[in-house]
Amino acid sequence: MSNGRFIALACLVGIALVAGSMFVTNEYYVFAAYFVLQYVVLATAWNILGGYVGYVNFGTTAFLAIGLYSAAALNKWLDLPIPVLILIAGVLCGGVGLAMGYLTIRLRGVYFTIATLALSVVVQTFITNWDYVGGSRGIYIMRPSEVLVFGSYVAYLFFLMTVLAVAAVVTARVIERSTFGFGLAAIRDDEIAAAASGVPVLRLKLVAAAVSGALMGMAGAPLPFYLTYVEPTSSFSLAYTVNSVAMPLVGGTTSWLGPVIGAVLLGTMQQAMTVLISSSVNLLVVGVLLVIFVIAAPNGILGLIRSMGGKKPDPETNPLAAMLAAEKRSSQ
Amino acid sequence: MGQVAGLLLDSIVSGILVGGFYAAMAVGISIAFGMLGISNIAHPALILLGSFIVYVLNSKFGWDPILVGVLATVPFYFLGTLLYGAYEFAFERRGTQLIRGLAFFFGLLFITEVGLQLIFGVDYRLVEAPYIGPSYNFGPISLPVRMLIPFLASVLLLIGLQIFFTRTFTGRAIMAVAQDKFALQLMGASPVRVKRIAFGLSTATAAMAGAFLIILQPVEPSMGRDYIGRIFAICVLGGVGSLPGTFIAAVIVGVAESITATFYGPSWSPAIAFGFLLIALVVRPAGLFGRA
Repeated sequence: MSNGRFIALACLVGIALVAGSMFVTNEYYVFAAYFVLQYVVLATAWNILGGYVGYVNFGTTAFLAIGLYSAAALNKWLDLPIPVLILIAGVLCGGVGLAMGYLTIRLRGVYFTIATLALSVVVQTFITNWDYVGGSRGIYIMRPSEVLVFGSYVAYLFFLMTVLAVAAVVTARVIERSTFGFGLAAIRDDEIAAAASGVPVLRLKLVAAAVSGALMGMAGAPLPFYLTYVEPTSSFSLAYTVNSVAMPLVGGTTSWLGPVIGAVLLGTMQQAMTVLISSSVNLLVVGVLLVIFVIAAPNGILGLIRSMGGKKPDPETNPLAAMLAAEKRSSQ
Repeated sequence: MGQVAGLLLDSIVSGILVGGFYAAMAVGISIAFGMLGISNIAHPALILLGSFIVYVLNSKFGWDPILVGVLATVPFYFLGTLLYGAYEFAFERRGTQLIRGLAFFFGLLFITEVGLQLIFGVDYRLVEAPYIGPSYNFGPISLPVRMLIPFLASVLLLIGLQIFFTRTFTGRAIMAVAQDKFALQLMGASPVRVKRIAFGLSTATAAMAGAFLIILQPVEPSMGRDYIGRIFAICVLGGVGSLPGTFIAAVIVGVAESITATFYGPSWSPAIAFGFLLIALVVRPAGLFGRA
């Protein structure tokens, strides 16, 4: 499928989602769908750096919270429309991603990971000490009065998040099929070989870190209006991080489809379980699924589907399956 | 002596004491990450697990926290060997340890944290022991015994480990596996077995650090992640894999945090370790005492 067709198709899915939401009478379902779409954006953004390049970011909460609090602060100060806030959050978090990458990604990848973990603690420290956005007490957000053509404010937010999700997925897919994406895949497979073949390793990694960070920040910007009250402890919940890591790894990291599958599956599951059981238990389930998948199905659901399709497992991407298949053949 | 100088002196002393305790938290990472190349980010969660085991045995049977910490090193050692077994089988053998190994330990961190939350709730828990209340005063400097005991125990722990690594055959084999796995194989030692022992030791230190933590302050399950940045900052700053370096870096971070907390307010001190981490990574990734 060409990029043009893919974009058209993604837009159609988006329009169908928004149109469908208009017929839903129970607003809870729209809230739940917003939550899932937000994770589509976060998981896709994580995967651009984590899946395509192989650099693990454990600072999703930090990026999300920078987007969230920049929107909350700018809304309080200037009363800007949300799309503008989303763009500002994107630029801000892209910058943070670039800076983090510049400082740490040149070293071993694991240092970048540790730095991103520490980044969430630091951002939380700053937000907790920032009185303008309420510090540790939190802040209430006035939803702006203009709602354009949408009946309710929730519908408007849902529309915005759908646009973001479509944009994120299209970005991921365009990157995947571009020379930029091939460069990233080369870095993931063998960084030294890629550098030796003339791939501008550092520049590509930095661009990927910036794009990934920007998308995460953009997903955070509408969140204060969705929640109407934000405070640091829940804004920095580890749930955002663990989900944005688990979803691509459960779905499959090598293609744009993996994070989308993971987000829809785990996101819907958590919404259902929050209602039926408790939110602590569903987080436990996400953690357990993450561990099971990285051990037993390293290529995620996509990898499982592919190996079920009868294709010989690729020893490069799935050595265990290849080994087992070879053993099976020799024993027959 | 002026009041500011007194405050400064007091915060330096308490920084050194807390720093010694940080060293006990960081030494496990120093072994796992520095010597074995395993980024065990679940280590702080294991420390919290240790704290809660101490809490249960102390509140139910009145056992001494330090004693429980020492006893718990045995099950923690075996837990560590099991974890390494799973890690080696699932990731090191396949060569996918970086991304999936990190995700694995992150999942463990999360499961431990949420599991503890489900069992104990989010309330702060503390232990009782005769040395937790009193403190000695020397002019402006106060020496709370509950800080002194973990400090001394941490120093003993580090000295013991340093002797083990430099004087015993197994200890030297662990140092060797960090440098050259292939050469170790030629000497007739199995790198996997050596690494399993070392990783078991690394998690065993988490039990002791957990006991020190709950003596120093009340704990709640999600506290571990505040320590991730701090612990790794100490390891990187000290030069990964160097125990004396880890101790000195821990004291530096402890003193810097303590001074910040005294003069700018305690809510700012979590940012200090991150600053150190970034500076260390940018200026000298090999750390103060690392082999460059």
